[in-house]
Amino acid sequence: MSRTLLDPTHENAPAIRERLARLATLDGATVGLLDISKARGNLFLDRLEERLQQAGANTKRYAKPTFTKPAPIDLRQQIAVECDAVVEALAD
Amino acid sequence: MDATAPTLPDGLVAFVKRDCPTCVLVAPVLAQLADAGALTVYTQDDLAFPAIPSPVDDRELAVSWQHAIEAVPTLLRIEGGKEQERILGWHRGEWEALSGVATLGPELPEQRAGCGSLSVDPSRIDDLRVRFDAGRLKARRLELASDEDEFEAMYTRGWSDGLPLVPPTERRVLAMLEGTTRAADETVALVPPDLAPCSVEKVAINAVMAGCKPEYLRVVLAAVEAACTDAFNIHGLLATTMSVGPVVVLNGPIRKRLGMNSGINAFGQGNRANSTIGRALQLVLRNVGGGRPGEVDRATLGNPGKLGFCFAEDEEGSPWEPLACEFGAEAGRDALVLFPGEGPRTLVDQLSREPDSLARTFAANLRAMYHPKMAGGAMEAMLAVSPEHSRVFREARWSKHQLLERLHALLTLPGDELVRGVDGMAEGLPEIVRGQAIPKFRPDGIRIVHVGGGAGLFSAIIPGWLSGPGGSQTVLQEITP
Repeated sequence: MSRTLLDPTHENAPAIRERLARLATLDGATVGLLDISKARGNLFLDRLEERLQQAGANTKRYAKPTFTKPAPIDLRQQIAVECDAVVEALAD
Repeated sequence: MDATAPTLPDGLVAFVKRDCPTCVLVAPVLAQLADAGALTVYTQDDLAFPAIPSPVDDRELAVSWQHAIEAVPTLLRIEGGKEQERILGWHRGEWEALSGVATLGPELPEQRAGCGSLSVDPSRIDDLRVRFDAGRLKARRLELASDEDEFEAMYTRGWSDGLPLVPPTERRVLAMLEGTTRAADETVALVPPDLAPCSVEKVAINAVMAGCKPEYLRVVLAAVEAACTDAFNIHGLLATTMSVGPVVVLNGPIRKRLGMNSGINAFGQGNRANSTIGRALQLVLRNVGGGRPGEVDRATLGNPGKLGFCFAEDEEGSPWEPLACEFGAEAGRDALVLFPGEGPRTLVDQLSREPDSLARTFAANLRAMYHPKMAGGAMEAMLAVSPEHSRVFREARWSKHQLLERLHALLTLPGDELVRGVDGMAEGLPEIVRGQAIPKFRPDGIRIVHVGGGAGLFSAIIPGWLSGPGGSQTVLQEITP
């Protein structure tokens, strides 16, 4: 089967998927902090949480059960419902 | 002939294949013509056929395709690189006249029809179109990454109405374009809300995604044209918080040719044309026009018909003239009526056997549309009368006009019943209507269509929207090739 598709749109937007718009302000926003469960990721997120709260953001902490697999769908949906933005902590 | 096709050599040119008994029959004639002078033979399947010096290899079918060879044998006369004459099949008199050679194939029968050219063979034609015609498609190409699922890719790009789409490949879009005689780059309409120019090709791409067959394309094109008229005002229909969308009603012989459903479950699932034509229109509005829910589409609730709502009228079983004829269409012509409507709601009357009784049932249900106290002559509704109900009017010899007159009379309401606060409901009309007679609908605001299965004393109301020049007007569009 062909791997080339014809664009059905008016072609006024780029073919590559656009990123979501950045938040206009952190003040009052809810930012999720996702720990991928790798060593010392929590230290990075602790510091980030302090800074975000100083900027007026509300924070919520989440953790993946294991860094070896993508976040479970329930967790992704929970973050999408509860947060305006999310920071995923890498580590090592 | 394809304007970019390579020119053929001057003299006589023949196209043949071995797998054609008529070609085999005329092989001695071709040898005779080769001896007599300039003859070039293109062979489609076997370089050893016919037995003349150096037949030209057209097993790739490029020359046959580009010169629109439909049958073999085809004999052409070329002068100055231009085709002068063309004969399909074997006919001695015609071959002699074209070649100027007397007594061709004296042992052959006088004439014999040929076979289909391999270049139009159903198993090959789609590939040939992609090879030779894909260049005429102007749409942006999107190459999928090797690990990208094509169905998921269409979702992530926002092309879908929520249901899976058929991937719009060059092969499928070219096949779809065979469903119309219109040029792929012809502009069909400026599609609201973005007022984006929409070509026949863009409609074809969205029709492929919706699941249409090529023969549906001309209906989809007509529906797009109708939706994008100022009269229909699709921008308003999208932007309203009400739940309406375009409802496509088909009239004319095309209903049968496309196998459309006007009977049992006509508003429901299960018929490809009914389900995909309306969907294709919605996908054009979404993808070309940019009309997406939550953006310009502000419907509070919407309705499942906004995935696509299309059905055919049961003209054969109707006691009345088809819907399209009320808008000036000639009976027997293919046409669609585009109505700004909601989902259908059933009304029940299992006891009325007299037309006035049934008309009263219709009116009582129509009165409740949106709110029993809403009136004022700006509204419109489609009344879908099923066969068991229409029989009552047929037997009493009530014309559609008679029924409409009765309905409008019954739906001219006492203002006293409509005033705000009456019956304990705050909703209603201002005090000024007291003592007046207020029509529920516009004078032409009830559209009767005959549709449905043969069993069930039910009909249905498809509520409309603000009708007339200030809202959306129901429009007629003829369906052309």
